[in-house]
Order: sequence, then structure tokens, then C-alpha cells
Amino acid sequence: MLDWPLLSLLTWIPIAGAVVVAALGQRSPEMVRPLALIVALVTFGLSLLLYVGFDTSTAQMQFVEKAVWIEAFNIHYHLGIDGLSLPLILLNTLICVLVVIGGWRISDRPHQYMAAFLMLHALMTGMFAALDALLFYVFFEAILIPMFLIIGIWGGPNRIYATVKFFLFTFFGSVFMLIALLWLYLDSGSFAVADLHQHEFGLVPQIWVFLAFLIAFAVKVPMWPVHTWLPDAHVEAPTGGSVVLAAVMLKIGGYGLVRFALPITPDAAAHLDWLVIALSLIAIVYIGFVALAQSDMKKLIAYSSISHMGFATLGMFLAFAIARNTGEMTGAGLGMSGAMVQMVSHGFISGAMFLAVGVLYDRVHSREISAYGGVANTMPWFAMFAVLFFMANSGLPGTSGFVGEFMVILAAFHASFWFAFVAAMTLILGAAYSLWLVKRVFYGEVANDNVASLKDLDAREWIMLTVLAVFTLGLGLWPYPLIELMEPSIQNLVEHIMQSKLG
Amino acid sequence: MSIETVLLLIPLLPLVGSAVAGLLRHQVGRAGAHWITILAVAGSTALSAYVAWQVFFNGLPTMDYTVYTWAVTDGITFEVGFLVDSLTALMMTVVTFVSLMVHIYTIGYMHDDPGYQRFFSYINLFTFAMLMLVMANNFLQLFFGWEAVGLVSYLLIGFWFKKETAVKANLKAFLVNRVGDFGFLLGIGAILVYMGSLNYAEVFAAVPAVEGTTINLFGDAQWSLMTVICICLFIGAMGKSAQVPLHVWLPDSMEGPTPISALIHAATMVTAGIFMVARLSPIFETSDVALSFILVIGAVTALFMGLVGIVQNDIKRVVAYSTLSQLGYMTVALGASAYSVAIFHLMTHAFFKALLFLGAGSVIIALHHKQDMREMGGLAKYMPITAATAWVGSLALIGFPFFSGFFSKDLIIEAVHYADRPGAGFAYFAVMAGVVITALYTFRMLYLTFHGPTRMDEETRSHAHESPWVVTIPLILLAIPSLAIGYFTVEPLLFGGALSDAIFVREANDVVANNLAAKFDHGAMAFALHGFMTPVFWLAMLGVGISTYIYLFNPGLAGSLKEKLHLAWTVLDRKYGFDELWQKILAGAGLSIASGLSKGGDRTVIDGWLVNGSARMVGRMSGALRQLQSGFLFHYAFVMVVALVALVASFVLLR
Repeated sequence: MLDWPLLSLLTWIPIAGAVVVAALGQRSPEMVRPLALIVALVTFGLSLLLYVGFDTSTAQMQFVEKAVWIEAFNIHYHLGIDGLSLPLILLNTLICVLVVIGGWRISDRPHQYMAAFLMLHALMTGMFAALDALLFYVFFEAILIPMFLIIGIWGGPNRIYATVKFFLFTFFGSVFMLIALLWLYLDSGSFAVADLHQHEFGLVPQIWVFLAFLIAFAVKVPMWPVHTWLPDAHVEAPTGGSVVLAAVMLKIGGYGLVRFALPITPDAAAHLDWLVIALSLIAIVYIGFVALAQSDMKKLIAYSSISHMGFATLGMFLAFAIARNTGEMTGAGLGMSGAMVQMVSHGFISGAMFLAVGVLYDRVHSREISAYGGVANTMPWFAMFAVLFFMANSGLPGTSGFVGEFMVILAAFHASFWFAFVAAMTLILGAAYSLWLVKRVFYGEVANDNVASLKDLDAREWIMLTVLAVFTLGLGLWPYPLIELMEPSIQNLVEHIMQSKLG
Repeated sequence: MSIETVLLLIPLLPLVGSAVAGLLRHQVGRAGAHWITILAVAGSTALSAYVAWQVFFNGLPTMDYTVYTWAVTDGITFEVGFLVDSLTALMMTVVTFVSLMVHIYTIGYMHDDPGYQRFFSYINLFTFAMLMLVMANNFLQLFFGWEAVGLVSYLLIGFWFKKETAVKANLKAFLVNRVGDFGFLLGIGAILVYMGSLNYAEVFAAVPAVEGTTINLFGDAQWSLMTVICICLFIGAMGKSAQVPLHVWLPDSMEGPTPISALIHAATMVTAGIFMVARLSPIFETSDVALSFILVIGAVTALFMGLVGIVQNDIKRVVAYSTLSQLGYMTVALGASAYSVAIFHLMTHAFFKALLFLGAGSVIIALHHKQDMREMGGLAKYMPITAATAWVGSLALIGFPFFSGFFSKDLIIEAVHYADRPGAGFAYFAVMAGVVITALYTFRMLYLTFHGPTRMDEETRSHAHESPWVVTIPLILLAIPSLAIGYFTVEPLLFGGALSDAIFVREANDVVANNLAAKFDHGAMAFALHGFMTPVFWLAMLGVGISTYIYLFNPGLAGSLKEKLHLAWTVLDRKYGFDELWQKILAGAGLSIASGLSKGGDRTVIDGWLVNGSARMVGRMSGALRQLQSGFLFHYAFVMVVALVALVASFVLLR
């Protein structure tokens, strides 16, 4: 089985599934949900084969598939994975299963809902596996469409504003990326990511290309100050949309930085690393404060996501400062690993927190913190999960939320005491906004009749939250397997970006 | 069973117990939950005692090994591992024993509580976390245990989560501790960066090489690296061990059920900071500046928190302030480089303070959850066992000769006396004055609770009776070490070298070996007898005397003193304003910044001006441009003519 074209299967099975599910909706609606679940489970199962067959001793691309797509422009259908993309693909296929289970009760056009999600996940897998820059770009843009529909159709009252904002922000950024890719093609004659990694060119064009990539991916991460689309999108998105958005879609930005911006334009990155570090530190502290002021649970978690993704971008760009300030490379890989672990961990934790809000929203139809109080009285098991995930969000050791932050803070110290100092403020801020929410929503006397009539988790919700809890704790207690998977690629990346391409 | 298996079982038994009692709470039921968790802790206690016996009597060499590899990246290996030496063995025994007592006691105390299984699950989980902390052989695991005990403390302070005060207190406890952890994490970061490892043994070995290093943090000023590291680490200890000004969470933590006040907020968790500094003595010994800092912080805590204890009326809060003060004593000992004395006091304090808390809890049960001492009095005749054990605990606390607290506290005072680093003079004054104050608040509490006229209402008085055996047995079992453990362990622990494999002191700093050992030339008996003739003893008697006069013979005096010393009383009653500092000023400022950034930064500037502003601008520009598209042919013709003329004109003119 390992010699199958697994990456193509992972991409195309859910796309085919999406088409079938959408078509089935008219004729036999009762088949829609089971079929969607089967497709998601098969995809997840196949992705596990990637894990089984993955060689953790090399930074080489694995499971490579390559075929000519548009010969005139040297564009290929070229897929492959390394230690940077595999964890994100696994995260993606896992979240897909959970989202399908989570959308079980959707009554408004369930076939289209399921089809949109299957399509979304398929495109994201393709994007993470794409080794041709134009293929990447096609997937990158195509992802917008299902998400646009998910928020626009199944979203809240202000969904039109949110979808347009979401679309325009991302589109605005990706235009720059397209220009950069076209320029790179004209300069190098290739769209192959591997060729672009080796392509040498001068500092000034590097800076332009780097900035173009940065704008495209910073919007996706999102980094301060291009982040304001995210809270709006989250607030209006249905629960499943929020889960995918937080758990997987935000990782596209971080992935783009390590796959494109850093290795293609390392000299520009070394010149402008202060910019990314500053924006990351602002995200961690400024957004941490903003999260504290939110009265809407989804907004609070959205801001918390931005703050946590600040650790991912910080960790990625520490290498240059470390080299400059200490003259050696110790700590650079640590920061990069921490950034990647943070992305995966954030996938579990933010996904779980949005699911938790969904659990409450399904029952009470409010996201306002003030609409709740004393939920632990009526939903004790749910409260247990919630405390776990919000504790994980505040970086409690033993949960995955700790691992990435810890590694990035330690790496930041290699670069500068003050980087670590500012980043470590998340210890206080993260705990403050997470636990204050827990206090106001879960503790206290039963606040009103809505809370009094709450029913504890049903089997479906148990499954989703348990799966995420297992991963959150597992990764926190033993991150070794994940890090082992990524290590050769990370070391390779760090070595690569430290070599000047100016020639 | 190999010793490795034994060591692994010690923390894992309570972890499994916790999972079973918590997750299968309906299946195992109330009795099932307490049996499972108590057996788990009893197993840990027995195995810990076995390990301690191996270490202290059979000469088991220090064990330092990896249990599993947590992560490997960038050439750094993060591990989970155990370091078992005399210090660990001592801590394991104390923690598991007190935990076992508290588990048994809980059967009585939480008898009617609907959260019975949850409570047992939490205290079992706590035991696991605390054991992981003390058994760690590296900073990663130390930090894990450190935060995990903080988590359980949070869960237990807010155990009665319907009470607004309880859930305020647990949030406060967690956040104030996070302020400490902020420093702690930076300290750990500095250690990894400059010493290249998080393993204790490797770090200790690397200390001499980096000792002279200086770093600059602000401008050009050079700071000693070791001082920065030590102070950062100690800030962590200030949070966990509740030293001024990070002490504010501990009195509020009394909102939790009394058994955990005894276990977590008196005997074990709050001493984690003391343990940490002692464990890291090879690091702290390198910085005299940091040790002076520790000495002064400890002295301030010991004196000023004790003073607050005098004006408290809630019986648990008196004991809580007493705990703060005693933690200050331990910190002073650390600052005087008398780490072994600090650990010794940690041990005796664990027994007698757990005893006092559980005694207070016994009173609280008898009075149906009344905690105000003004509504007690004369309880000794209703609950003789509780009263007798409370006397033992109180005498140990004030340092009455032969009681366990006598040896540890007297030696702290002596150690400070001989320490010669900046701040030692002030610290000596503080710990001496603290003796009077300790005796004063301790006997005030004893008299108000157990003696004098009863102030209970008739209803309460008629129900007052001695607590059941599950409560009194732990009291008695704790009273025994409170009475005797000091006498039997002081010489081997401090002067017999039992802790010397774990604690490192520079020869010049070593007050224990250089100055205190001579006092034991004639044995512990002679030392204790001599204790009756020291100024320390008479200071304690002065405090006892004042209390006795005021609360037994002249009850009106307390009120009139309060009137006369109104200003002082107000300052103490308001706890020097630290709560206001934290809540109103710091937390308030944080919230103002938060709403300012949210409204001003995100909503007004970024979204209002930049995002929606550019959308509006595009709208306005297109609106303006639309005016040009009027559809009238003569408009277009007119524009064309004008443009043509302008073009030609510019061509002609500019040429």
C-alpha cells in the first residue's frame, strides 16, 4: 500500500467524495452524513500510511509524484512531503473527521455543507503537498472558495461582511505572492519549489520577493496588524468553519513562510527578521491584552489564536538574530521546531476550544460570556474538558500548549533576553484571558434558566472532545514522535537559510 | 522489584488512583473512590519509606537516571528522569505521609459533600504532581511539577466553584503564581542558554565555567549572570512559596476545603520554592547578591506576615498568615546559606502546620462550618483530642524546647546570627521579633478557640462534639512527629551529613558546619535544655504571656487596644494594602490597557481607519469617478478637447 500514489489519493478521494455527497443530497439525503464520514475516515486512514511509511532519517521529499501539467510554462503536477508538511497533513485529515462528526446535526443543506468541508480539506492537503509553486498557488486560492461558502451560507447574521473581509484580505495578500512567483519564474525558468530554493539572486529583488511572500502569508497567519479579518470570520462562521479555520487554515501562513519565504529569500529574511520578530512580539502581547477585553467567546479565542501564532512566526525567524548576536547556531533549530510544534498544538487546542463554544452555542444560541455562568453545575463533564483545553491554551506543562511556547521562549533567549522576556509575558496574559473566561462561564451559581436547563455532552460531543484531549495530552507528555518526524527537515531548513544566496 | 520499579510506582500509583476516582466516579462510588485513592497513597507512602530507609540506612547511592526521553531537537535532549538522593527521599516521605493523613481525614471532613469523588481525585493528582516535582532530575520536569501542583491548587481552591469568593481566589492564585513562573521560566531559559543543558547534574558541573560571566541587560551596565539566574529562579519560588509581594494569593486560598489548606497550602506545595532553592544550592551559592536578596525577602515575609496574623479572626486565616511567616523563616535560612536548616524546618513545619490546619478543620466540622474565632471559645471540653493536638502543634510552632519546631526555628535564628552578608542584621532582628509575634498569634488562636468563656450560640454549642476517628487519628499521627521528629533527626540531618550529598555550601558560607555544629557537641538533649535559658525562649514566653493576659484574664483589653492603636490595627487589617495594589492597580491597569487596545487599537485604528477606511475610500473614489461617466456625449467631447489642448500646451511650454 505504501507504493500507492498516496498524496494524490488523499487529495482526490475527498474531492470525489465531495462531488458524490453533493449529488446524493437530492436523491438520498439519509446517505449524506454516513458517506461523508466514510470518506473522511478513509482519508484519515490513508494519511496514517504516510506516517507509517515516512522515513524520519532524511530531509528529502518523500512519496513524490510528478507529472507535466502545462509544458509550455514548465509547470508540473508535483507532490511530495517532508517533515514540515506531514504533521500538517495529518492534522488536516484528523480535523476533517472531527468536523464531519461535528456537523452531524446541520439541517440546512447538509449535503452541501459536507461537500464543502470535504473539498476544503482535500484542497488543503494538496496545498501542503504541492512542490510546484504554481500548483501551490492554485490550491492556495482554491481553498478560499469553500471557506467563503461555509461562512457565507451557514454563518451568523453578519456573515456577508465577514466573508467579504476574509476574502479580500487573503486575496489582497495572494496577489503579491502571484507576482513574486511570476517574477521568480521569469528569473529562474522554473516553478519547482526545489529549484526556487536553489535559485540565487540579489538582495534587492530578494527583499521585494520576501515582502510579497510576507504580505501573503502574514494575512493567513494572521500577524498583527493584518489580523482583524480573523475575529470577524470566526464570530460569523459555523462551529465547523471556525474549527477548520483555527486548526488548519491558519497554519497555511506559517507553512508558507517556512516553505517559500525563508528558503527562497534567506538573505532578505536575514535583513528583515527584525520586522517579523517585532510583529510577532506585538502579536503576543498586544493581542493578548485585546483578548482579555473580549466579551464574545469566539472573539476571545480568535484573538488568543493570533497571539499563539505569534510564537510560531517568532520561532521561525529567530535563527538570524541568534547567529548575529551569538555567532553560533545553537538554538536556531530549537526555535524552528518550537514554531512547528506550536502550529500543530494550536490545531488541537484552538479546534477544541471552538468545538467547546459550539457545544454551548448549540444549546443556548449565544456566544456572549455574560449569557453564561455556573455551567459546571449542569455540565460537569463538559466543564472538565473545557478546563483542560483552556489550561492547555494557557500553556500548562503536560499539555501540547506548553511544548511549542517553551521551546520558542528558550530559543528566544538565545537571541536576546528581551525577546524571551516579552514572549514569556504570555504566561501571565494567556492564563488571564483563558481562566477568566473559565471563571465567568463555568464557575459560580447557575446564572439563568438557559444554564439551568443545559444537558451534558452527548456521545458525539464526547468523541470529538476526547480525541482532541488525547492528542493535547499525548503531545504534551511525549512530543518526541512529532519532533522526531520534523527534525531532519528542520535542521536542513536552518542550514539552508543560513547560507547566503547572493553568490 | 527493582528500585527503578519502586521509584516509578511511587508517583504512578496516585496518578492512576486519581484517574479512576475522577473519570469513573459513578462506577466506583464514594467508598470506592476513597479506598482506591487512599490505597494508592498508602502504597506510595510505604514505598517512599522503603526508599528513604534504603537511602539513609542502607547507603543507597544517589540515583540519577532517565525515565523517558521527552524530546530531542537541535542537539538538546529533554528528558523526564528521577534524581533520588537524601533530599528527594526526605521530601518524598514527608509529602506522601502528610498526603496520606489528609486523605484519611478527608473521609470525615468531606463526608456530606456532593463532590466527594472529585475531591479524592484531585488530592491524588496533587500527590502525583508533587512527587514529580521533588523527584525531578532536570528543570523541565521541575517546571512540569511546579505548574501541575499549581493546577491542582487552582482546582482545589475553587473546589466549591459555586462560591464567588472561591473562584476569585483560585484565579488570583493561578495568576499571581504565573507572575512568579514568568521569572522562573526566564531563569530556566538563561540556564539552558549559558550552560547548555537542563539536567541538574550537567548544569551544576557547568556552573564553575560560567560563574564569572557578565551580561548586559540595560544599556552598558554589566550584571553577573549567576545573580540574574538566581534572582529569576527565586522569583518563581516567591510565587509558589508566597513571599512578599507575591504572597497575596495564599490567604485567599483558604477558600478551599480545609484538608487541602493543610496539604497544599501549608505542608507541601508552598514549600516547593524552598525545596527548589535547596535543590539548586550549587547555583545559588555562586551569588551573594541573590542570597542577600533572598534573606531580606524572607525576613520581611517572616515579620510582617506574622503581624497580620495577630488581627485575623478567621481561624484558618490565622494559620495561613502563620504559614506565610514560617515560609519566611525558611527563606531566611536559605538566604543565610543554611539550606539544610531550611529543609529541616520545612519538614517539621509540614507536620505541625498540617496538624494545626487539620485541627482547625476539626473545629470547623464541629461548628458546622463556622470559622470565626469570635464565635468560639471553651471548645477544649467538647473536643479534648483536637484541643490536645492543637496544643502540641502550637508549642511546636512557637518553638518550645523539645518540640520539633524548637530545633528548626532556633537553628534558623542562630544561622542568621552567624551569617555575614548584607541584610543579615535586619533579618536577625526580623526573625527575633517574629518569635514574639508567633507566640502572640498562636496563643491568641488557642485561647479564643479552645479556652476562656464560650461565645457560641446555644444551637451550635449543643451540637459541638469531638470529631469522628477518621479525623482524630490523623491528628494524633501528626502530633507524634510534631512533638518528636526534631529531637531525633536534628543531629543526623544537619550535622551527621545525611543531606550532604544533595546540598552544596561553600566553605566560607557554611554556618551550619562552622558555627552551629559546635552547639550540638553535647547532643540534642543538652541543646534543648539550654533552650530554656536563651533569649529566644524568653521572647516566646513574652508573646505567650501577653496573649494569656489579654485573652484569658482581661478580655476587654483587646478591644481597647484596638481603639488605641487604631492606625496600626487598620494597617494590619488591610494587610498593608497589597491586595489593593494587585487588584486595583495592577489588574486594573491590565484591564484598562486591554480595553484601550481593543477599542482604540483594533476597532478604531486598524479596523476603523485602515481596513474599513480604505474600503470607504475606494467607495468614495469610485463614486467620484462615476461622475465622469455622465453618458452625455458633449461632456466627453469637452474633456477630449480640453485634454488635447492641455497636452499640446504642455508640449509647447515645457519644451
